[in-house]
Amino acid sequence: MSVAPAEVERPETDEKAVPDSPWVTIVWNDPVNLMSYVTYVFQTVFGYAKPKAEKLMLDVHHKGKAVVSSGAREAMERDAETLHGYGLWATISHDS
Amino acid sequence: MTGEDGSDQGSLEELMAGFRATSGGATARFGAAQATIIRDLVGQIADLISEDVPGGGAVGEPGWPENGPAAPDDLAAMIGLTDNTKLPDDPVLARLLPDAYSDDPEASGEFRRYTEQGLRSGKVAAARTVLATLPAGGGRVRLSGPEAQAWLRALNDVRLALGVRLEVTDDFDDRVEEIEPDDPRAAYVDVYHWLAFLQETLVRALS
Repeated sequence: MSVAPAEVERPETDEKAVPDSPWVTIVWNDPVNLMSYVTYVFQTVFGYAKPKAEKLMLDVHHKGKAVVSSGAREAMERDAETLHGYGLWATISHDS
Repeated sequence: MTGEDGSDQGSLEELMAGFRATSGGATARFGAAQATIIRDLVGQIADLISEDVPGGGAVGEPGWPENGPAAPDDLAAMIGLTDNTKLPDDPVLARLLPDAYSDDPEASGEFRRYTEQGLRSGKVAAARTVLATLPAGGGRVRLSGPEAQAWLRALNDVRLALGVRLEVTDDFDDRVEEIEPDDPRAAYVDVYHWLAFLQETLVRALS
């Protein structure tokens, strides 16, 4: 990892330059998805223990959204794709 | 044809019980009317997802074309790539195939280009699993673990679609009382609630 020369302009969104600022997958509240189903999906997709899956589900339910995973952008895109397969409303963003 | 499924339609209690766990999967008994409703709605979702594909190309399992060398479009379809980068206009499709970036249309479009066909194929495959395991006349359904997972996803897609059409919101249970019995939506409200119950029993059976 190198520091860019001061005279070079860099786009602010260059994620490669900020390894400590990971990407995150966010699941949004949805009036249709069952609470039990959302918990089940978190357990199945991420292998989370039931208490952690339930806590995330309740965060989604009460706060409107929750960060369910974080890491490299490609991994977050795979997570979002999987969650879309289960019908959860998931988006990816840069946790800056 | 004889056998337990043909000769025994099950008690009303059984038909209203939903799924229960088996070793490695789940089982439930469905009446003919229940089977018709599920098959009809799941079939509609499969049709919607496989028909309305912007940028051409039918949705199917990626694979080698049967006749001769592939045209460029076929090659793109084989590796699961589509030209489409836009959120579908149909609100049901938009819910089933959502954008992956809430504030970056360009990144959403690129994500969609690489993932949408696979997502569509997965949803159609789940719907087909339901149609293949649920007899048209009803009866006992016995699902393996993977089949039960497909049922969960397919039932959820049907509920998401009904939710969009019925404009379900968090206060839906309060607004339901405003829907008059002769409103065409009334029957679907009952179906929506029944499918939620059915899905709940399937989640429990698998948990």
